[in-house]
Amino acid sequence: MAMDTDMNQVLMLDGNALAGLLADLFGADVTVVPAKCAACGEVNEMGALHAYVRAPGSVLRCPICGAVMMRIVQTDRTTRIEMRGIAYFRFETGG
Amino acid sequence: MTDRFVTRGFVGRRRDGDDGSTASRIPPGQYITRDFPVLSAGPTPRTPLDQWSFTIQGLLKQPVSWSWEEFQALPARDWTVDISCVTKWTKLDMRWRGVSVDTLLEGVELDERAAFVIAYSDGGYTTNLPLADVLNGQAFVAYEYDGAPLAPEHGGPARLVVPARYFWKSAKWVRGLRLQERDEPGFWESLGYHNRGDQWREERYSGD
Amino acid sequence: MARPLDWQLATVAGVRDETDTVRSFSLTLPAWAGHRPGQHVDLRLTAEDGYSVERSYSIASEPERAPEVDITVERIADGEVSPFLHDVVVPGDRLEVRGPIGGYFVWEASQPGPLLLVGGGSGVVPLMAMLRHRARNGAMNPTRLLLSSRGPGEIIYRDELDRLAATNDGFEVVHTLTREQPPGWTGYARRIDEAMLAEVLEPLDREARVYVCGPTALVETTANALVRIGLAPSQIRTERFGPTGT
Repeated sequence: MAMDTDMNQVLMLDGNALAGLLADLFGADVTVVPAKCAACGEVNEMGALHAYVRAPGSVLRCPICGAVMMRIVQTDRTTRIEMRGIAYFRFETGG
Repeated sequence: MTDRFVTRGFVGRRRDGDDGSTASRIPPGQYITRDFPVLSAGPTPRTPLDQWSFTIQGLLKQPVSWSWEEFQALPARDWTVDISCVTKWTKLDMRWRGVSVDTLLEGVELDERAAFVIAYSDGGYTTNLPLADVLNGQAFVAYEYDGAPLAPEHGGPARLVVPARYFWKSAKWVRGLRLQERDEPGFWESLGYHNRGDQWREERYSGD
Repeated sequence: MARPLDWQLATVAGVRDETDTVRSFSLTLPAWAGHRPGQHVDLRLTAEDGYSVERSYSIASEPERAPEVDITVERIADGEVSPFLHDVVVPGDRLEVRGPIGGYFVWEASQPGPLLLVGGGSGVVPLMAMLRHRARNGAMNPTRLLLSSRGPGEIIYRDELDRLAATNDGFEVVHTLTREQPPGWTGYARRIDEAMLAEVLEPLDREARVYVCGPTALVETTANALVRIGLAPSQIRTERFGPTGT
């Protein structure tokens, strides 16, 4: 019996795939920045989040619980980033 | 447009209709596709049919709900429609089978304040439509595509289909409709996609 | 010096065929700040009418080769970009590039400890940058590459991998050929699975750092299997390429 290819599964990438877009928005490479999921509390680096990019917008989901952490929609004139699903980012500032 | 560097010899995918006969069926800014692209904002929900139900709730006298078996027993019909996605592909003559939203609302007594419909799905997706846009044959809940049960990656077991709107309004894995007095922008509408999404007026983004 | 996020014009300095369908492009960049093995670049192509597409490509070359930066691209028959790169682009052409991008999927020789690299098809590209960098730095950490290819003619960097493995610096390559094997083949002849990973991992320390790159299905299978074998998710870094054939 042929395996049922789940294209949704196959289309999922890592957050690293959005590194360029996120760098545009944050002004720096944020793929190693830890982010806490507002739904389940797990902390993962942005590059490890599950990225869905083949859609009207890009969606980053928590790799543990699947909750939406970030949505990015680019229209011809604007970019909106919605991050209600991120409780916080943790940037290293040194010192 | 700013002076963008033009890459020598790059043309990109053919973006106009294949032949003159279909040109008039292609909404502005779209190109014809022969395959059925899968777009995904998340993992495929997998609700077993014995746990699946479809519900109409909100501003009506009594909410109504069907199990999968009950839903299959409803009067169904075939539709052949053209579908356009906001990501620019258009697919002609897609064959669906399902239940018209008119049929679903038949036994339902709507509150006179009901003006908007929020379609909600497994996985958390939502989209919004004026009630008037889903009546009179303009919308249906499909469970078959091209003669076979609708595949999970395309929204099966059942999805909403609203052919006159960009395909993001045709909520995959739909589980119900909520009737409201107030409009409530859905998953993509709340982030800049057009509230109505009429592909013939090229209503892609809010402000179009 | 340009910031990584700025688009710059790269010149194609040379092309090299790795297999019948895979070609490497050497790019020289005017303001390249260097990169770390595993990072990628974004490429932007723009047609006369303004239509443009972007693609990400892992950097195949080691940082020590800067300012030349290699990318390796598989030609996908009905793709939009790879046929253009293969069929139209010649040395001397200029392409818009920005990068390097991505700090997540990176390995540097300064990171000690055993290394397991798992790749499928063109997933080997960023792993190759790591291996080339490792060789340049004289690293001796036990390193194994498990590489899945459809057949012997489709193994990218085949000869170079053999040469690297022959230098006796702790690096070994294990192939699995999933569709076609040469006569007398005694190696793996199936898709990567848990049993194979357990065997390949065996000589390495359980604390090995793991990098997995390739089609999403292969990456999923591998990452899940390694966790079942007992590795911690934090040891494993993944780079999913999406569906095969895009």
